[in-house]
Amino acid sequence: MPRPEQLLHTRVWRGGTDGQFQSYDVPRQESQTVLDVVTWIQRRVDPSLAYRFACRVGMCGSCAMTVNGLPRWTCRTHVARVAPDDRLEIAPLANLPIVRDLVVDMREFFDKWREAKGQFVPTATRHDPIARVCPDSPARRAADAAIQCIGCAVCYASCDVVAWNPKYLGPAALNRAWTLVRDERDGERRQRLSAVVGDAGCHACHTHTLCTERCPMHLSPTTSIAGLKRAAAIAALRGEL
Amino acid sequence: MSPRGEMRVWLAQRATAAVLAVCVTVHLVTLIVAVHGGLSAAAILGRTRGSPGWMTFYAVFVVCAAIHAPLGLRTIAAEWLSWRGRAADAACTAFGIVVLVLGFRAVAAVTL
Ligand code: SF4
Ligand code: SF4
Ligand code: FES
Repeated sequence: MPRPEQLLHTRVWRGGTDGQFQSYDVPRQESQTVLDVVTWIQRRVDPSLAYRFACRVGMCGSCAMTVNGLPRWTCRTHVARVAPDDRLEIAPLANLPIVRDLVVDMREFFDKWREAKGQFVPTATRHDPIARVCPDSPARRAADAAIQCIGCAVCYASCDVVAWNPKYLGPAALNRAWTLVRDERDGERRQRLSAVVGDAGCHACHTHTLCTERCPMHLSPTTSIAGLKRAAAIAALRGEL
Repeated sequence: MSPRGEMRVWLAQRATAAVLAVCVTVHLVTLIVAVHGGLSAAAILGRTRGSPGWMTFYAVFVVCAAIHAPLGLRTIAAEWLSWRGRAADAACTAFGIVVLVLGFRAVAAVTL
């Protein structure tokens, strides 16, 4: 247990793209999360510090920041695990435009979900009987394995291809597309596959698995993207694409 | 290039990679066997010249390399130099043609 007088030497990004780090000393507490540290600074030192959070329990995906160089969900990241030497550097997520301080503009991240046709397109209406989907079918299992995304953009901030190719849809949008490609109730599989192929889509992925390593929900966008490549290749060989 | 075209490019690169993996292995094993066996240049040429098998093998090798390498360079140019579009595609095609010509010259030299 940390001693009450023990201080955490924290550097926090302030300002926009041309901003800089500012130092704060924050008292250590037991079970303290990185989000607790940011909140302490905002409540006790500088109320103008901008950051985002909502649920504080790892569900909403709004609190991701760069912590000691790596993107993390801050509400579920314990200081003890990431700052053994009591030094913490907190910056906004990479690969997204900075709005101010720790807040990034998430528009392009979610716009890409739309570009990847991330919305479900039903084939039935509310008057039809409820679809019976066998939970053990390989398609449903593949979709289930990828479905628990909270939209935190940690994967997007980890991906070098996003940095190299600003048009790249990125791991989260492609992962979402994959869950729908494997959803037997969906009616736009072919259109979705055409939306996710090419050098802005799944074929740009280098399979270097950083997204998978960092995803706080332990999803594997890399596997989903490989699935999309396979599905696209089969569709192309069948002349459907 | 259209997304569909890009997908074909990707497929072509993967398919040629698979063939090249076999070609490179056969090529290296042959080299090692030839060197360990103490074969002279003349002895090697004696076996490759006029051999339809070696001619086909190295022709396939050259064609795959001439497809695979420029496509890889194209990706590197796009991602590391942000060089994309027609000029980049033309440069990569030109490089592919150079590989093809030089490769076939070499194949002709050892098999004809
Ligand atoms: S595996 Fe693909 S999507 Fe994931 S970080 Fe690497 S390049 Fe990006
Ligand atoms: S795939 Fe994982 S890292 Fe990416 S947005 Fe979803 S939950 Fe976050
Ligand atoms: S605040 Fe909701 S996931 Fe962290």
